[in-house]
Order: sequence, then C-alpha cells, then structure tokens
Amino acid sequence: MAIHEKSLIRPENLKTHENLFVDGVDVSGHWSTFIESRVVADYNEALEEEIAALPGGEHIHRCWQCGSCTNSCTVNAVNPDFNPRYWIYLIRVGMESELLRDKDIIWQCVSCNKCTYACPRDVFPEGVMKATAHWLELQGHTPKSKSTLFDEEFTAQVVATGKIEEGRIIRNFFARTGQPLLQDWLVEMVKRVARRLPFKQGLMMALAAVFRPRTRKWRKAGAAISEYVHEQEAKNRKALSLE
Amino acid sequence: MSKYQRVAYYPGCALEGTGHAYNSSTKAVGKALGLELDEVKDWNCCGAMEVKNVDPKVQTYLSSRVMSIAANEMKASVVMAPCNGCYHNLKKAEYDLANDAASRETVDRISKKAGHETYQAGSLETIHALDWIKEGIGEEELKRRLKNSLKGLKVANYYGCMYTRPRHIFPEKDQGQGSESTSQPHFMDDLLAAAGAENVDFPLKTACCGGAHTLSDSDISTRLVLNILEAAEAAGADVIATECPTCHSGLEMHQVRAEKVLGRKTTVKMLYFTQLLGVALGIGPRKLGIHENVSDGMEALNKVL
Repeated sequence: MAIHEKSLIRPENLKTHENLFVDGVDVSGHWSTFIESRVVADYNEALEEEIAALPGGEHIHRCWQCGSCTNSCTVNAVNPDFNPRYWIYLIRVGMESELLRDKDIIWQCVSCNKCTYACPRDVFPEGVMKATAHWLELQGHTPKSKSTLFDEEFTAQVVATGKIEEGRIIRNFFARTGQPLLQDWLVEMVKRVARRLPFKQGLMMALAAVFRPRTRKWRKAGAAISEYVHEQEAKNRKALSLE
Repeated sequence: MSKYQRVAYYPGCALEGTGHAYNSSTKAVGKALGLELDEVKDWNCCGAMEVKNVDPKVQTYLSSRVMSIAANEMKASVVMAPCNGCYHNLKKAEYDLANDAASRETVDRISKKAGHETYQAGSLETIHALDWIKEGIGEEELKRRLKNSLKGLKVANYYGCMYTRPRHIFPEKDQGQGSESTSQPHFMDDLLAAAGAENVDFPLKTACCGGAHTLSDSDISTRLVLNILEAAEAAGADVIATECPTCHSGLEMHQVRAEKVLGRKTTVKMLYFTQLLGVALGIGPRKLGIHENVSDGMEALNKVL
C-alpha cells in the first residue's frame, strides 16, 4: 500500500465565491476557487526536547523520515490520519499547532511494534507515540484517554496486590469511563460461555472476583514501586516545566 | 535429556482468569509428553502493556522479580511462559538489563527495597510454550505419541505481535535453519502439522488483534479482529490456533462484537494450540477446557473426534 500523505489543502481553506467581482472581472463560482494560505505563526522550539524527556521518546532525534513506520502501521490501515512519520516531523520542527490538530487520535496506537520492527534508525516509534500521547495529557491539551484510564487502573491493582483480576479491571474501567457494563455484545458473550461452562467453574470465577488473587510477600515491593512511580511523575512534570 | 524437560513455569495473571483453558491444556499436554513444570513461587504480574505505558522501568522490575525468584530461589535455568505478553516482557527485561545501565540501576534499587536479590541478566533463559514442546519433544517424538490425528482439520496459525516483535529482544530467532523466524513464524505450524492438521496459507499470522485497546478502543479492535477472522475463513480454515490468552480472548470477544455491532458474522473457531495438541494426544476435551472457550470448538473438532 502506498504511503498516505496528508493533503496540505484543508477543505475549510478552499474559498469559492457565489458573487465576486475583482477589478470589474467576474470571478464567481467554482472555476476560480481560491486557496487561503496556510500560516504557521509560531514554533515551539522545546517540543522535541520535551517529548524526548518522556519515557519512549528518547530516540526521536534519530528519525530521517523514511516513512517505514507509517507504511507498516496497523492503525494507519484503519485510519489514514494516523500518521507517525508526519507527527515525528512536526515534533522535530516544533509545529505544535499542526500536531494539535491530531491530538485526539494519537493515543490510539495499539503497540503492535510493526513500526519498531520496520524502523531502520531505531527510533522506536511506538515509544514516541506513547510519549506524545503522554505529553498531550500532561500539557492539558487532551483529557486522559480511555487507554490511560485503563493503564492506571491496571497499574494500581498490580501495585496493590502484585496481580490483576480481569473482572475487577473491567468493572472499574467501565465505571471510570461511564460505560454500562451490560452491553449487548458482552452479555451475548457471557451467555455463550455460560451455556457450556460447568457449575464448579462458574463458582471458581465468582470466588476470584470476591477474594482477589494476591502475590505473597508483596507489600514491600508494592511500596517501592509506588515510590518510584511518584518520583518519575515529578521528574516528567519538571522536564515539561510544569512545576 | 533435553534442558527443557523440567522448567520453571510462569503462568501469569491471564492464565488464572480468561486464559484458564490455556493453563489447563498446557499442563495436560506437558504431562502427556513427560515434560515437567515447577510453578514460580509467589509470582507477580509481568506488567503487561499497561504498566509499561505508566513507566517502562516498572515493567522491567516486575518481570525481573519473577526471573529473580526462578533463578535465585528455585535455581532454575529455564523459565517457560505460555502467554505472549509475559514471554515478551521477560525477554524485554532480559534485554534491557543486559544493555541499559539505567534499567539495571532502577531494578537494583527497587529490588533492594522489596527485599529480594536483584536479577542478573544472563542467569535465566526465557522460552515460550511453543519452544518448550518444539525443542523439548520435537515433531518426530510428537508423531510417535499421536493417538488421534487431526487429519482433515484446517488450521490457520495465529501468532500475534508480542511473540516476534520487536526483533532485538529475541536474539535466538532468525538464526537460520531450525530457528524461529520473526517475519514468518512457523513453530506452531510445525507442531500442528506433526499432529496431522492441515495448515492453511494464512497471511495474517503476525497481524495485530488490537489487544492493547480491546476495551478502551473497541471499534478499532473489532475491525482488526474481523480482518483476521475473515482472512482465516477466506483461507479455508475451520480453526484459528492461538498461543496467547490476550489474542485468544480478543478474537473471541470481537467475533461476538462484530456480529452484534457490525452485523458481520464469522463462524471460524478459536482453539489454543495446546488444546489442539491435547486432542491429538488423546486427552479428553473437558480436561483441555474446550467448553470454556466462547466459540464452540467442539463443532470443528467433531471432524476429527
């Protein structure tokens, strides 16, 4: 598949006038469509450094814009606006206002690592996508994505007990994102399993939901991780001058 | 005797939850083949994808704790993880600890505070359940032990992302004949072919199922999964063989979701490769947890049973 390139002419910049005369010449209608020029008024010179300071973004400076990442990208095949190469370019030249146009989809990277596999310069584009999504949230350009809320719920459980219990994560995640648990397809799925699942197994699953699985001798490890995470959070905020 | 004859076993969280059937079928197949498993004591979550997104070094620590217990307390030389996520994370931690001083420093600091020995890179070999059976038993031996050939069963082998990508954390792969390939993985194909199955030509072996956002971005996941299911059907498969609990439940979940939300129905069944090998070795479907799957694998297996 060819690499999808972004058209730099945006529909809102195409101007067609119903009734326009310039120096007595009729320039109305489609045949004399004008394109409003695109102006980038300001550059954020710190943008690349800030992304590079966040976990995953460290190697963004290696990029030489070959486009292998976008060409191999799983999400790009579903949504052509998802374009890692283009975003890396914008970050490196500091075109923050252009980057912000795509702020609501950058978190959608599925971490399949096809880009990392294809990248000839070891940029680790997957990490750059995560760092960029993180940056957007820290700077307040986007609210926490559903993915971030899921990650936080998951990590909190690991820190607390050393393990996760999938049912609890799903329930808490749906509650935090305001989604009903009884969605059509989830109900249908449970029905299909329940039809064949023996009673004993169902009981075991219910018990796991009540008595959370825990790692023995976990308390000190959990506390040490928690301390480290807080330390890193402070460091990340400082790198973005958010103190 | 193979060094994989007795290995430390790291099932991971998913195999105690949605991947329960993968756990029981792995153990049952190991038992039937005379391979032994010592479960890692007091293991913890490997960090999966989610902890990495919060902070990658915490994920490195979590995986290193599991390896530290296996290597230092259990004196094991090999640890086997059937879950692609766990396998990937242990491999990644191994790579980072061998190559990155900052990771070593962080892991050492947290390990000391947590009160256990720091894992030293190089003291443990991490393998997948596929390596365990392929290297520990091999196709010839597997053929000798067959009780119930899968002849006539058409299988699409689905490996997912984490088993082969990124390639630098799998130094033993892509090493020529006999080794696993990161672009065209074949260990599962080899084992199932030995069990008599007919592997179809499946182009999406290492495509992504969207597992990372299976709930947080369900629409994209459904489209990615539907791609995989429809490609497998177009290739003529009755069954998609899986080797990862996240991929497996993702395929099953979004098969139902595609039907309910997009009105696109697919009938291909998902079975763990250990369930298929178990059937071929004559183990009862109930012991292999086939009734726990969402898609009714028995419909496809009736062809060979």
